[in-house]
Amino acid sequence: MSAPLLSVRDLIVEFPTRRGTLRALDGLSFDIAPGEVLGMVGESGAGKSLTGAAIIGLLEPPGRIAGGEIRLRSERIDTLSPDAMRRIRGKRIGMVFQDPLTSLNPLYTVARQLTETIRTHAPVSEAEARKRAVALLDRVGIPAAARRIDDYPHHFSGGMRQRVVIALALCAEPELVIADEPTTALDVSVQAQIIDLIKEICAERGASVLLITHDMGVIAETADRVAVLYAGRLAEIGPVREVITNAAHPYTRGLMGSIPTLTQETDRLVQIPGAMPRLTAIPQGCAFNPRCREVMDRCRTDRPEALTTGEGRQVACWLHADDAQEAARG
Amino acid sequence: MAEPLLQVQGLGRRFDISRPWLNRVLERQDRQFLTAVADVDFTINRGETYALVGESGSGKSTIAKMVVGLLPPTSGRIVFDGQVMAGTEGASMRALRRRFQMIFQDPFASLNPRWRVGEIIAEPIHRFGLLRGSAVTNRVGELLETVGLSAQDAEKYPHEFSGGQRQRIAIARALSSKPEFIVCDEPTSALDVSVQAQILNLMRDLQDELGLTYLFISHDLSVVRHMANRIGVLYLGRLVEEAEGKALFRAAHHPYTRMLLDAVPDLALSGRRRQPVEGEIPNPIDPPPGCSFHPRCPLVMDRCRTGTPPVIATQTGRAACHALTLAADV
Repeated sequence: MSAPLLSVRDLIVEFPTRRGTLRALDGLSFDIAPGEVLGMVGESGAGKSLTGAAIIGLLEPPGRIAGGEIRLRSERIDTLSPDAMRRIRGKRIGMVFQDPLTSLNPLYTVARQLTETIRTHAPVSEAEARKRAVALLDRVGIPAAARRIDDYPHHFSGGMRQRVVIALALCAEPELVIADEPTTALDVSVQAQIIDLIKEICAERGASVLLITHDMGVIAETADRVAVLYAGRLAEIGPVREVITNAAHPYTRGLMGSIPTLTQETDRLVQIPGAMPRLTAIPQGCAFNPRCREVMDRCRTDRPEALTTGEGRQVACWLHADDAQEAARG
Repeated sequence: MAEPLLQVQGLGRRFDISRPWLNRVLERQDRQFLTAVADVDFTINRGETYALVGESGSGKSTIAKMVVGLLPPTSGRIVFDGQVMAGTEGASMRALRRRFQMIFQDPFASLNPRWRVGEIIAEPIHRFGLLRGSAVTNRVGELLETVGLSAQDAEKYPHEFSGGQRQRIAIARALSSKPEFIVCDEPTSALDVSVQAQILNLMRDLQDELGLTYLFISHDLSVVRHMANRIGVLYLGRLVEEAEGKALFRAAHHPYTRMLLDAVPDLALSGRRRQPVEGEIPNPIDPPPGCSFHPRCPLVMDRCRTGTPPVIATQTGRAACHALTLAADV
């Protein structure tokens, strides 16, 4: 495997509160290869969005990175000054958020927002920047881009706005795009269009994508690999097809079974008892142990490390301790 | 066997969205109307789950509100167990009201945060004067256990519960007046998938135990497929297709239904090439003439642009599409 574009190691994010420090991300490690689409799934509170925010240095205070490191092309970015980080944001890491209106300034025309961003990151004239902006809007599928570029965000429909945000995220030709629930606010028919667009356009430009979503279907259609998060920890990571068809972690298995599909004949959905623990009460050992069907004594006391069970495949579960040893032996 | 419990006939709802009178006079504008629901007919048989599915703005929630009487229809009528509902007031309406209930989408908004769970669940019992004294407490405890909580939870406040547990409380409240018919408006779309599975399973169990009839409203096709006996597909306030549950997914007739099915992200990883979906839902204030789907339809013909398509029978139900009418005539 080539050198990773983004490498996250043992990332810990904490929120100091009056009642003690909450650990929202606990020892998260993963890589994203150049040109790869890494999906990140988990339920609310699993720490998906927080991971994205930590990478781009936009954690809401009092949240802070309390340990670990984040490297972009082997350069550490978690320790950079806010000023240096600002230059990386937008230029080398683009962002697409759930609600397109939070990424767009309602008082500026789309033209102004795009040309400003282009000129911040590249030494080009106003006219050249505008030309690039029109080309970009055209590429993301906005009809009559040359005319519509002078419209304000509220003139666009939800799907079109998300296209503008994608154009905005890509205008400085970033190496990595972080898309946090990019289609959650959209209707299914529009969602499909936006997923296809993100996939195509990033492939075209060789940008890697961190796709954060709660929707396993979106991941299945888009990502190369998928990371499953549970209670701020990595449960499982691996190639999408393998994780979906042959999930190794009991949580992932439960999650897959609980999703109704358009093809299977099931009378009852698989049910994972209980709910994800609150950050104030993460169980000892494996965070999933109180809900796990296959829980063993060890799970209640020892926290499982991410065990490598195959090529690019890691599982944090004691059930796979033997597989991991075998894989290590080769 | 197929005894109709709820009949909806020619149901329509227009909203007056005109500007204030003075503005209209000064700016010489006419009144403006938004047609949220037009000419919708369907029948729900006792003991079945009828689902309405559609994207945002399709009129799903407006129909739900009209069915439970939260919103008066502007045209058409609703017949519940042989009694016409629209316009019914007073004692006979009260007697009718006890027999149907509603579950809302957002369990964070639908429960009064200042009331204890016990009071929330007992409210319908008091309203309809069903029980008195300690019998109420017993019944509340019973209901809490039916939905998988414990009788002691009656003393707690809603904020002490997670989203899934709150939705269970909302279900307990809906059950407290011993209804026959429950309107569920997106009951799981605010929940995580694993919790969604718990709630969907619970709703099915309750249906089997208590012989409930559901009107199930959702935008999520896979959830609808899992739950419904029959499905109605809405587009811009009109019912475009109705079919027997799983048959709709095997053989969709209306081009909109097909497009919608195609757009659902595929967990099965079949690698199918989906037909690109075009365009977005038009503005309901100024819907396209003729068939409102014609600007996005791959089968569009001249007559689609002028005439509203008639409803015709299909092998699996009925659909309103000029192309289907043409094919049937040949």
